[in-house]
Amino acid sequence: MFSQLRTLWTVFIHLFQRNETVKYPEEMPYQAPRYRGRIILTRDPDGEERCVACNLCAVACPVDCIALQKTEKEEDGRWYPEFFRINFSRCIMCGMCEEACPTYAIQLTPDFELCEYDRNNMVYEKKHLLIDGTGKYPDYSFWQVAGKTIEGKEKGQAKNELPPVDVKSLLP
Amino acid sequence: MAKLFIDGVAHEVNEGENLLHSVLSQQLDLPYFCWHPSLGSIGACRQCAVISYANEEDTRGRLMMACMTSVTDGMRISLKAPLAENFRTTVIEWLMENHPHDCPVCEEGGECHLQDMTVMTGHSFRRYQGPKRTWQNQDLGPFIGHEMNRCITCYRCVRFYDDYAGGTDLAALGSRDRMFFGRFEDGTLESEFAGNLVEVCPTGVFTDKPFAQSYTRKWDLQTAPSVCTHCSVGCNVFPAERYGEFRRITNRYHVEINGYFLCDRGRFGTHFVNHVKRIKHAGIKESDNIFEFGDPDRAIEQAASLVDDHTIGIGSPRASFENNFALRELVGKENFCIGVNDQELEILNAIIKVLQSDEIHTPTLQEVEQADAIFIVGEDISNTAARTALSVRQATRLVSLELAKNAAIPTWQDAGVRDHAQHERNPLFIATPAATRLDDIAKDTFSGSVNDILDVVYTVSDHITDETTDEQQFAHQVAQALCNAKRPLVITGSGLASVDLIHAATHLCAKLNDTGVKISLLVVPPEVNSIGVALLGGDVSLSSALTRITAGSSAIVMENDLYQRESKATLDKALESSKLVVLDHLEHSTVEHATVVFPATTIVEQSGTMVNYESRAQRSFQVFEAKSEIQPAWKWLNEIATKLAKPLGWNTYEELLDRCAESTYAELLEVAPSADYRIRGALRVPRQTHRYSGRTAMHADVNIHEPKTKVDPDTPLSYSMEGLNPGTQNGATIPYTWSPGWNSNQSVFKFQQEVGGKLVSGDPGLRLITPNGMKLPRESKNALSNDRNDNTLEVIPIHQVFGSGELSNYSWPIQARSPTPCVLFNQADAEKLRLAVGSGAKVAGLTESLEVKVDTRIPAGLIGVPANLFREMGSTLGFDQIDHDPDFVAKSKTSENLIAKG
Repeated sequence: MFSQLRTLWTVFIHLFQRNETVKYPEEMPYQAPRYRGRIILTRDPDGEERCVACNLCAVACPVDCIALQKTEKEEDGRWYPEFFRINFSRCIMCGMCEEACPTYAIQLTPDFELCEYDRNNMVYEKKHLLIDGTGKYPDYSFWQVAGKTIEGKEKGQAKNELPPVDVKSLLP
Repeated sequence: MAKLFIDGVAHEVNEGENLLHSVLSQQLDLPYFCWHPSLGSIGACRQCAVISYANEEDTRGRLMMACMTSVTDGMRISLKAPLAENFRTTVIEWLMENHPHDCPVCEEGGECHLQDMTVMTGHSFRRYQGPKRTWQNQDLGPFIGHEMNRCITCYRCVRFYDDYAGGTDLAALGSRDRMFFGRFEDGTLESEFAGNLVEVCPTGVFTDKPFAQSYTRKWDLQTAPSVCTHCSVGCNVFPAERYGEFRRITNRYHVEINGYFLCDRGRFGTHFVNHVKRIKHAGIKESDNIFEFGDPDRAIEQAASLVDDHTIGIGSPRASFENNFALRELVGKENFCIGVNDQELEILNAIIKVLQSDEIHTPTLQEVEQADAIFIVGEDISNTAARTALSVRQATRLVSLELAKNAAIPTWQDAGVRDHAQHERNPLFIATPAATRLDDIAKDTFSGSVNDILDVVYTVSDHITDETTDEQQFAHQVAQALCNAKRPLVITGSGLASVDLIHAATHLCAKLNDTGVKISLLVVPPEVNSIGVALLGGDVSLSSALTRITAGSSAIVMENDLYQRESKATLDKALESSKLVVLDHLEHSTVEHATVVFPATTIVEQSGTMVNYESRAQRSFQVFEAKSEIQPAWKWLNEIATKLAKPLGWNTYEELLDRCAESTYAELLEVAPSADYRIRGALRVPRQTHRYSGRTAMHADVNIHEPKTKVDPDTPLSYSMEGLNPGTQNGATIPYTWSPGWNSNQSVFKFQQEVGGKLVSGDPGLRLITPNGMKLPRESKNALSNDRNDNTLEVIPIHQVFGSGELSNYSWPIQARSPTPCVLFNQADAEKLRLAVGSGAKVAGLTESLEVKVDTRIPAGLIGVPANLFREMGSTLGFDQIDHDPDFVAKSKTSENLIAKG
């Protein structure tokens, strides 16, 4: 008897508590910036593609849903992906690709709304993935740290580099 | 054998070897950089430090470099002692101080020895925050990329390039911490073994430039064990594929053949697979002389309508044994031609006689390296079988090992051995028409025409029994050296297109044999499967085949460009209104004459057996599935036969192989395990590494549903990452080398019984010819006419390692590297013709002008022409047939030459 009354009371009390249900999609829930949702490719602070097609995201991916091919711009020496494909119908949003990325190019975003009637639409190519900004890491530019030359950054001009040695010097 | 205690555990090792060698031979992990099994020790990197204890009571021990310490019986060492581990970590930390932050954009990443060793020692966090040293790079030509910042100064590159391969244009330059490994100035690395720098360099300083263009990490490549098809040596290789395209070749270790090194034709010559001229569809020539592609069924019907009982089948020495067999089955032996010209057929039969004789041994390349006196007769092996030349170079160093032994220097002590021997070398004699790249180590050379060389060889034979002649004479020196040697070797070949040379060399060897000297003879055949196709044999010679084609017989030409065999004039006439069915990879001149053309797979897209110069049959496994309608030739031939209602009786490669072995050599089944071979009773060998990525995305643009993994009915390998590659399986089925902690090619020691020794379960390949006791004929010298006419020049074919290989000439890196086709003159002849070096010469019979070069050795009266133009001209040329071409420009390396990448 007491138990039943207590249950009624508990239910009654809930009438005066805050409603947990939100009217999605009119009302969007809060997503933390580090939420692991749809994957994007970001750009360097100078506006060039950040991805250097190193393949580390692809190999880190537990479901093997990333495929890409390295190519190189003859003029400036930058490595970049000729194509970059993520099959979101396989992606489990684990974020391993983001952790593996040495250039902060691949990032997961709070956008979780990935639903399609046609599974084919879940295949994202580079044009779908690449955004115009730097994402979560506004200042990092891999090429300014790496030793490889690109246009506008000769040997010795990267961060923390000495000018190229003079091979012909005989000084002790 | 000696007992070596490693961390308290007793191991049986060879006494006198260095510690590092012994430790690695026990399959234990010990980091190293500068040591290389083929190059020995120099103790430059200080990475392989271990603790050595004086005796059982000694708990402190002392630190020593494993690679510089000889193993003694009862020695006690520790790899795991904290002092040694700490020392090795610190050394790595020093090496990494200036290492650039390059791994993501480095072509070595993922198969980098430096990465492996860094992980192995446990160095994971950078403490040094100071500035990094940098260097300028050099342009080292179309094969090798240079990124000097990544150097750790291990000296392996120069030790390989200069000391091992005899190169002169790569050096350790500069002083102090400014050491620079490169050329004196920018330019193409001259050595034909430069490509090995990619594998020898433990970091990413020297990288594979063509591969870098469409770079893929090692873990993403699909590979299978294969055989190089660019000469008759049959080096073992790993071709690699990604996204349906051929990507690169790396060395597959075989102790008796290529060991750790390949030549650059082999390494960079297979890009023809992606060539734009690849035939991708079956085609029928319509009345307007244009092929209509895309209806294979109609093409098969059309081909079948051309085939009758008199149809000639022309096989090919560059096609596999099985493909040639399939064609022979279709047309019958009486209608089968092996696809080489009559001269070459005669040469091949002579080589087979040598292989059958048990008086003379045909050496493996490992045995070549043990020959203590070598006489090269007529063959420019640096260009026709380059890997052999590298072995010859090692053979001439045997005396230095001998000297070292006498001076109590261990043979692995590389710097010591070299310094002690100075310029002492074993005798090498070369008799060729023109200069070769082995001349620098030859004791003496002889230059002359084929007849002059024959003369010398017969004189050498005479000198063996006759002691009276002049000490200084070339022939006398050769005879003495060969008689005094323990393991003398004669090398000759088909390069000069003269069967007499082979007879002469055989005669010389037989004569030496009679005096009790056990001699080896290596005869270099022209192509990868020359011996195989010659063993298969056919009743029709190429000349009679062409006569029959002219008379109206139809013919099936398989993987053979006849324009590489006979002169253009002959073929244009013979094939003018012929009924040809052609099966091949590339659109070449013969295809233009075809009525029906079928796209055939290349070596990397099919499984097959190749028979090398020593008659060693080696299986090459399919690496990947060819695109579109491309099929192996044996499949096409079976489909044609089925259409004719007389099927050949095979549907899979296995069935073909069974039939082939049944009617030719039963050994073919033993060469590699059959398709039902499983590891531990259940597992296939994977073509993909366990880290293969992109499986669910690479085809998603075409079809979101992942394709079913293709089951391979033909081989014990799988087209997936499932399976096991433990290294203990049959040596013919190792698809790549990898071992936990060893991602680079250095992991190969985990697949060997002992470092630098045999593979764990033996080395693949079987000799098809067993000496049958046949005695060689002791022919006496035929009367030779050596008097040359003053007004004519004798034509000599000149081979180029880059430029004379038929298929490699379609490979874009080789095209970029090939020199302008040139004509070689003696200085006097060039002056007589008023031709300056570098200018153009118009030669009668050739459409294109050739660049004039003066050879240091070619005697007056001889003219060297590119080997692939040799058949276009007669045996002599008049002085009046050569003219200056004022409009000549040497081949410019325009981008147009490079675009044919597909």
